[in-house]
Amino acid sequence: MNAVAKIKAGFDAEAARADFPILSRQVYGKPLVYLDSGASAQKPRAVMEAMRRFAETDYANVHRGVHYLSGAATDHYETARETVRRFLGAGSVDEIVFTKGGTEAINLVAQSYLAPIIQPGDEIVLSVMEHHSNIVPWHFLRERQGAVLRWVEVTDDGALDMASLKAAIGPRTKMVAITHMSNVLGAVTPLKEIVALAHAQGVPVLADGCQGAVHETLDMAALGVDFYAITGHKIYGPTGIGALYARRAHLKKMRPYNGGGEMIREVTRDSVTYADPPARFEAGTPPILESVGLAAAMDYLSGFDRAAIHAHEQDLLKYARAQLAQFNWLRVVGDAPGKGAIISFEADGMHAHDLATILDREGVAVRAGNHCAQPLMERFGVTSTTRASFALYNTRADVDALIAALEKARGILG
Amino acid sequence: MDQHLRELYQEVILDHSRHPRHFGVLPDATHKAEGFNPLCGDKVSVTLILDADGKVADINFQGKGCAISQASASMMTDMLKGRSKTDAEALMDGFLHLVKGEDAQGLSPDDRETLDVMSGISEFPMRVKCATLAWHTFKNAVEEGAT
Repeated sequence: MNAVAKIKAGFDAEAARADFPILSRQVYGKPLVYLDSGASAQKPRAVMEAMRRFAETDYANVHRGVHYLSGAATDHYETARETVRRFLGAGSVDEIVFTKGGTEAINLVAQSYLAPIIQPGDEIVLSVMEHHSNIVPWHFLRERQGAVLRWVEVTDDGALDMASLKAAIGPRTKMVAITHMSNVLGAVTPLKEIVALAHAQGVPVLADGCQGAVHETLDMAALGVDFYAITGHKIYGPTGIGALYARRAHLKKMRPYNGGGEMIREVTRDSVTYADPPARFEAGTPPILESVGLAAAMDYLSGFDRAAIHAHEQDLLKYARAQLAQFNWLRVVGDAPGKGAIISFEADGMHAHDLATILDREGVAVRAGNHCAQPLMERFGVTSTTRASFALYNTRADVDALIAALEKARGILG
Repeated sequence: MDQHLRELYQEVILDHSRHPRHFGVLPDATHKAEGFNPLCGDKVSVTLILDADGKVADINFQGKGCAISQASASMMTDMLKGRSKTDAEALMDGFLHLVKGEDAQGLSPDDRETLDVMSGISEFPMRVKCATLAWHTFKNAVEEGAT
């Protein structure tokens, strides 16, 4: 049967809200307006149900026992890997490594792919709009192995500066590590173009897909990236799980990461041989329950017309942007064309934390701070911003609540 | 309007945050320290002069941050100037209890009254760190920040 046939045309956000029990709760006696999905998305009932059902019927450790449940649990775990493969549009399940999250996926590439081959003076290209999780793993290689970090600038409207990227890639570049979507600016980077530039110099590309996987429909072959890191909890799935897509040729060359059970072929007193990828990079008992939850989240998302969700989120973005434009005391940071549904802003005379505290009392949950992106904050000359990030379950009414709460904050602090 | 919000952002706090007292760096400081709140990126520096009697002869702060952190730092410098080190530490102890909504009996009635405007913070546990940043920085300066 063709899976596409099951997808309903269009997207009804109001109907989808009913799938998320938490959205019906109140905070401080006000209806919850959750605009912090960029930090972590809420979970649909289907995800929690899938995990509960699995735990109550088929749970055991995977790849271990010969007993019935171990086999059943292994089937669930490997089926989840296939779901991730399909969601990412990867060629083979052997190219999908389960991790603790996006951070571990990137650290895995830094430590297992790049650390063994990088020489002092070799360069790693990354952008100023990266999340710390796509900065610090590369700083490790700078500190420990003398790698040089080359920074790609961000334009005034919050897009990746492609001229700066071209200039940054040189004969000593060993990796280009770039976000697919900025968690602060919402800017979506032209990955295909970046890959073309990097590959022309023989340089691999890692994309941080923690935001991109939520908002964009993915096809690893079309994007052409070498590595793509995702996390489960931002994509309506559970915490504690993420995944790394890596080309098979790279995985084969990568040295083991953590050592332990499941990642070995044979251990003796004097030697150890390793399992083939992806098991080689999954030492210890993996997040088994979470893998089922992640697969359920991806199935949930794939059950919709993703293009229609995208259109819905874009509508929220444009609506919010237009509403915010009426406030001459507020400045949006990042207005790149084609950006995703994330809006960061700063307000005259109002610190992001004060603003967020007042919004919170109105039931409006936003993120305030540096968003784990200090180089980007520095680039725009701010110490912190307030961020509203939209998910499929948000509506124009949420935007209206945000605007009303901002007016109130202005009344108190302005 | 929300009563707790009104208490948190009352005029005294907003005035201190907009017009901070003792703002700047003392060039001849005997002690200094920098405080950082990685959660929000707020930074504060505290410079002070401890005289031969162990008294805070002068104290300044400089920093960027939310209204709560700036007001708290500003009030702190106002209150600490002229106090002995021992007095200052007792005041800090009382303040930390106060903003956490705990028993602050160690505070003198006068100090309790002055700091009353900060007591609303106890209703906002996520913001207590904003209020205490400057005070912890002062403590670091006194204990480890001899210039």
